[in-house]
Amino acid sequence: MATSIQSSTVAADRFVNAVESDLRREGRLGALFAVPFQGGTRLSAILSSFGAFKIISCNIEPGHGTYPALSAITPAANWYERQIFDLHGLMPANYQSLDPLVIRKGLESDPTYKPDEDLSERRPDLSEPSVEGEGLFKIPLGPVRSGIFESIEYVIETPGEEILHVEPRPFYKHRGIENNFSGRSFGEGALLAERVEGVSSVAHAIAYCQAIEQLSDSEISPQAQLVRVIHAELERIANHLESMVRHCEAAAQAVAFARFSFYKEQIMRLRADICGHRFSRGVVSPGGVTIPTTLDLNAVSKRISKLEADIDSSVNLLMKTASFLDRLRGTGVITTKQSRLFGTLGPVARGSGLLEDTRSSHPYSAYRHLGFVPVRETSDGDALARQNVRIDEIAGSFHLLKQALDGLGDLKTPGDEWRIKLNIRDGESLGWAEASQGEVLYLVIVDSGRLKTVRQRSASFHNMSVFSSAFPKDITTDFAFIEASFGLSVAGVSG
Amino acid sequence: MPWVLKGISDGILTSKYPRKSDGYGETWRGSIKISPNNLGLDLSHVAKSCPTNAINIEQTHPQVDLGLCILCGNCIDLCGDIFSFQPDFESAKLDRDLLVVPETVEDRERLRAVRAALYLRVRTLRRSIAIRHVDCGSDGSEEWEISALTNPIYDVQRLGITFTASPRHADILLVTGSGSTGMIDSLKETYLQMPHPKAVIAVGTDAISGGMHRNSASTAKNGVDGLIPVDVYVPGSPPSPFGILYAILLAVGTISNRGKPC
Repeated sequence: MATSIQSSTVAADRFVNAVESDLRREGRLGALFAVPFQGGTRLSAILSSFGAFKIISCNIEPGHGTYPALSAITPAANWYERQIFDLHGLMPANYQSLDPLVIRKGLESDPTYKPDEDLSERRPDLSEPSVEGEGLFKIPLGPVRSGIFESIEYVIETPGEEILHVEPRPFYKHRGIENNFSGRSFGEGALLAERVEGVSSVAHAIAYCQAIEQLSDSEISPQAQLVRVIHAELERIANHLESMVRHCEAAAQAVAFARFSFYKEQIMRLRADICGHRFSRGVVSPGGVTIPTTLDLNAVSKRISKLEADIDSSVNLLMKTASFLDRLRGTGVITTKQSRLFGTLGPVARGSGLLEDTRSSHPYSAYRHLGFVPVRETSDGDALARQNVRIDEIAGSFHLLKQALDGLGDLKTPGDEWRIKLNIRDGESLGWAEASQGEVLYLVIVDSGRLKTVRQRSASFHNMSVFSSAFPKDITTDFAFIEASFGLSVAGVSG
Repeated sequence: MPWVLKGISDGILTSKYPRKSDGYGETWRGSIKISPNNLGLDLSHVAKSCPTNAINIEQTHPQVDLGLCILCGNCIDLCGDIFSFQPDFESAKLDRDLLVVPETVEDRERLRAVRAALYLRVRTLRRSIAIRHVDCGSDGSEEWEISALTNPIYDVQRLGITFTASPRHADILLVTGSGSTGMIDSLKETYLQMPHPKAVIAVGTDAISGGMHRNSASTAKNGVDGLIPVDVYVPGSPPSPFGILYAILLAVGTISNRGKPC
């Protein structure tokens, strides 16, 4: 089953209607990208439904500066509109909020990000607390936080215990990474994609490379596809274990913390032994994978089986530890309704009853031929549900790993089949992959054999927009669990 | 009770580094080796295609700046006769210029002076080191490698190293990331809040030079170097946990530049 991609361009005043009618038919808003186009801007809404992506675009005339707001029909669009205003100065008509998201007032140093001279003046100040009342105060958590965290500020509004509102401010880390793609070669683009969200290097590189490969109409070799699967699944296990480690740390489960961080280290070492890099960087490249120096299938198989058994036994013990489960149960609930409204991704979506996984709903590469272990159905939407989803996904990843290793063993591997030569035509193309955080999207525009524009949407960005909805009745000590159960990378949010 | 048994089930997992060498760290490909043979070859296409312009072919011998290199292997792909990966996790240096390989004799002499000065400054820290980390626009991987230092394998507490929440308790500042504009004020403030004596370690190629983000207008020109005074540079994208541990020990002078405890 191939995933269908439909593109259409509509007039600017028809844009909202076109998106709305698609959203009604079981679609979700995957992303909203702004791309420079003939002096003006082209807005592309990526809509996703089972087995299909739809790109609905509209062109905004130069100097027009405003466009019809999608946040009027779906809250999922709000963060994209704030991001597009920060980066391109385009102001949505009848918007909900334009609070600075990725660039803060006074810190816009990137000249290409300033199409309007007066953008800095138009940029709103950071908003004041939205909740008012006696005894309420706000805790600025970050950007320099206690512990080894990425820089982000959460403004927590609270009367002391309960969390009434959380406002994430990810702009501290903004690196202008999308601009950095422009003009680079395809190979360099893959290296940069790996650094957009470093903990999901492989998923980003795969999404990017698949977009490039679509523009050449050639399929990479089966063994390259399987090697990509191996690295992507090891990365998923490492990320899920990281989430477990954070949970155990927050719950002061010292032995469990030590165990899971030990397993994670073993996964990282296994990755390094297979490809020479602990984050599998430099493996996935346009046309396939770099030639593996060492890949002893039997040895890898053995280590994977041992790890699977070890992790499984520790997980079983942990999920019977009442003092741990008590902290997760009912914490940070995202209801199915909220999840659907925001079109959440990855474990956050699957924990609240939406079972979409890009690997099976929009199958790509070797995933088309591999068997999946389904994750348990749950619509609790709390940190425990997300944790359970991760546990099932770890088991699923091991299952996929074994199939991929078997598949590689069956294939005869001629030397030059790892990376094929691509003839890449100019044009626009969409690539996607399932990272451990959820679906990653890349919109790539190629002109004269170089990258002209690249837009990426990490799952972290999309899921972070629903983060503040996860505090209906939680207290400040739950914060660490909710953050760990989301498992997001700030680098992917601020770009 | 089941956790007690679980905790002791695998015996001691902790590495003996730096007292004894560690097999894993030594296989880490953390550096680029330039073969002294075939030097007549034209390398301009290799230098040109390096994604971070880390290769200098202007000199009589080609040089690679590890402060820029992201170890992607592009040069090795193109010209395996001259470039190859070099297993070396102890690649952290006390001087930015020393990251250019192969090093020269003058480099070594200068290093001795830098080292002596740093040693005098931080000698009171040797047995108890509190570390504060600040992310200044990293891609998130450096944070994983730093927090790996607390796992049972590296277990840095055995060496008297702890991570602290407050910069006022910190002796060493670990900085990651390419110096994003939004973090510069916070970084400087954190540095100022630290008591003397203090040392700063730039962790990863991004922090040393900006790496692939070097020319981005949203990050500092040269990573965090120049924003605050950096004492130790750890190359790598990201560096390995052993590489970071070596840098911490190097900063407080409990290890020699050759990896032996002193």
